[in-house]
Amino acid sequence: MLLRPALEKFSVTYATSNPQLGERHAIPDVLDLPESNRSRPLRVLRCCFRAWRLVRQVRPDVIVTTGALPGLLVLVCGRMSGARTIWLDSVANSGRLSMSGRCAGLFADRWMTQWEHLSGDAGPEYAGALL
Amino acid sequence: MILVTVGTQLPFDRLIRIVDALAAETDEPFVAQIGDGSYRPAHMEWHRFIEPVRFDRLLTDTRLIISHAGIGTVLNARKTGKPVILFPRRAELGEHRNDHQMATIGSLEGRRGVYVAQDAAEISAYLKQDLARPEGDAVLAAHQDLLDRVAGHIRLLGQRGR
Repeated sequence: MLLRPALEKFSVTYATSNPQLGERHAIPDVLDLPESNRSRPLRVLRCCFRAWRLVRQVRPDVIVTTGALPGLLVLVCGRMSGARTIWLDSVANSGRLSMSGRCAGLFADRWMTQWEHLSGDAGPEYAGALL
Repeated sequence: MILVTVGTQLPFDRLIRIVDALAAETDEPFVAQIGDGSYRPAHMEWHRFIEPVRFDRLLTDTRLIISHAGIGTVLNARKTGKPVILFPRRAELGEHRNDHQMATIGSLEGRRGVYVAQDAAEISAYLKQDLARPEGDAVLAAHQDLLDRVAGHIRLLGQRGR
């Protein structure tokens, strides 16, 4: 939500695994994704289907996500259907990139971290920070 | 009033037990979001999940925040200008999948308005002090930099089309 000032310059659709965020920030038409992490494989599968449907429905030009796994699934589905993708690793990951964040490096057009010490030639770009 | 939160995803009984014991020693009211925890506080108002609009009101009213070392709370503390005491989850105690909250406190310790505690005595000591509020222009500059960069990338990627 802190990225909103950057996103509102464009025609934007939000998707989240916490639908109450939309209510809290008074954003209508927020799409929801099932919460999922890799210790719950069935949920991950369900989230995959939902992510694929969501991408077909919205047909975005660009996808921006801060993760985690649900965001990665949307990013991968988006990439397969021709969207350009930006991964901005969550500021919560200050020690090293999350598993989702490392996978995202294989798929994202832009791969970014909010911690300077995690960036590098073989790693993500340093993007500044929300903190 | 003091707001206590362990986020919304994982239980954190170790923190809730400690704070409940501290709440018993004072008249100041505590309100806690305890998530999926199995320990039920006896000395403070508690909820498993506080819906966001109500949570925002509590953030405005609270004197300070006691929290797991979650980034969501750190951002909320900054937004509302409230001091925050961070108590990190530890993977070896089964409190999270990994030790990224230890990394978080390592990165944030020493920032104005952010206090780190790892046991009951440290939390108790902070409660008796006059804690500073978070702020910082350098931080805002980095934030603006990030917004500009993300907007720039979107514009470039969008232009290239499919």
